[in-house]
Amino acid sequence: MGKLEHVQTLTKHVGRVWNVCWHPKGEFLASCGEDKTIRIWAKDGNRWVNKAILTDGHKRTIREVAWSPCGKLLASASFDGTTSIWDKKSGEFECNTTLEGHENEVKSVSWSKSGQLLSTCSRDKSVWVWEVADEEEFECAAVLNAHTQDVKKVVWHPFEDILASASYDNTIKLFKEDKSDNDWICVGTLESHESTVWSICFDKTGTRLASCSDDKTIKIWQEYKPNNPEGVPTINNESTWKCVCTLSGYHTRTIYDISWCHLTGLIATACGDDTVRIFKEDENSDLNSPTFSFVSSNEKCHNEDVNCVRWNPMIPGLLASCSDNADVKLWNFNE
Amino acid sequence: MELENLNPNVYDKVGERKITNEEENDDITDEFDSREIFDIIRSINDPEHPLTLEQLHVLEEDLIEVDDKNNSVNILYTPTIPHCSMATLIGLSIRVKLLRCLPSRFKVAVKINPGTHASEHSVNKQLADKERVAAALENSHLLRVINQCITTK
Repeated sequence: MGKLEHVQTLTKHVGRVWNVCWHPKGEFLASCGEDKTIRIWAKDGNRWVNKAILTDGHKRTIREVAWSPCGKLLASASFDGTTSIWDKKSGEFECNTTLEGHENEVKSVSWSKSGQLLSTCSRDKSVWVWEVADEEEFECAAVLNAHTQDVKKVVWHPFEDILASASYDNTIKLFKEDKSDNDWICVGTLESHESTVWSICFDKTGTRLASCSDDKTIKIWQEYKPNNPEGVPTINNESTWKCVCTLSGYHTRTIYDISWCHLTGLIATACGDDTVRIFKEDENSDLNSPTFSFVSSNEKCHNEDVNCVRWNPMIPGLLASCSDNADVKLWNFNE
Repeated sequence: MELENLNPNVYDKVGERKITNEEENDDITDEFDSREIFDIIRSINDPEHPLTLEQLHVLEEDLIEVDDKNNSVNILYTPTIPHCSMATLIGLSIRVKLLRCLPSRFKVAVKINPGTHASEHSVNKQLADKERVAAALENSHLLRVINQCITTK
């Protein structure tokens, strides 16, 4: 059994902290929330300290932040209906671009691996894909209206230009560009959850996706490419994504976030019962019906709902979480 | 504005809470009970009638469950008519009142009394979605309406 050790609690935000995001080099952590600020944290000696505060970019709650793969830009999605792009050209973080178009709250923002595409989603039920012409020029490449309800999360595939979205309509959808006419189309709908899908996360191979939901379960989805040896049918030469594992009975309330570590393969979850849980795939797990075991949890490790968990991309076992209780906590998972 | 439910049934209010000797004693920790939660929300005003949610039997003490140790409060409320368009607003007012009055450790669930509203499932789902509730409370017009409902007259 592994153990989740408390490293440090970062308390500067006022009110709910919605999201945390590690810089691609793992040296910085950005956090955002109800207080309409973004805070950048970095290590100073042995302690993580607040290095910068980004204010005045948004008029309402900042729901999510995302570093670009190059690490030079930070995008922030807000309930004010806009997405801001921050850069550090002047030496300090400044908001030089604001993306407008959604009818109401923007819930999530994500960069593709190449850094050339950005996606946002909103309560207006749409998913937008933006092309980055140069660092300050963003052009809307697609407005996707495949979901029938509020879209909670957008996440890009780890290396291909495939976009996944999760919604209040209980489904996950996958999108990609149809190269014949440059149109973005929905290439798959993943149905199995019985309530809102709050978050999704690809594993490092990009052939598996983990999702978490208000139905208190985690699901693992496996990609089956056309002509797969298992004989799973595919349509229009597109992959079929099949739910191959459901983890139920571990979470007592809504699961708000899930993070699948690309270094260790560990899965962490953020739950409305104030607890962070860790799961690991079993050693003799079968690809077509994998099994995952619960390895550790820190019961009530926050005083209120845990909203987000993120594994550090460079330091194995380093996990950040944040809560309704205004704090951000850092953990070290030892196997 | 036209009233949806012209002649609602009006019920008597319950009496004041009887204060016991234990409650007077500062050395004893009083846990939250359903009567205490009921007292916080019973005087919320109906959005269209000059009556409280208690008088309309939208709220009843028997439909409130409290588990103080596990920080949970579950409330069922009964809209006056099955097609009441105010159902979400009423539920939201109950949530906001408790959000402001209870310690933040409590997880409050507000749901429609099963079988009493045509859109029961969708109203419940919306009220349980804390992100949508948070966004709604940043809407100044809506917040003004809710504040009117929860201000005791």
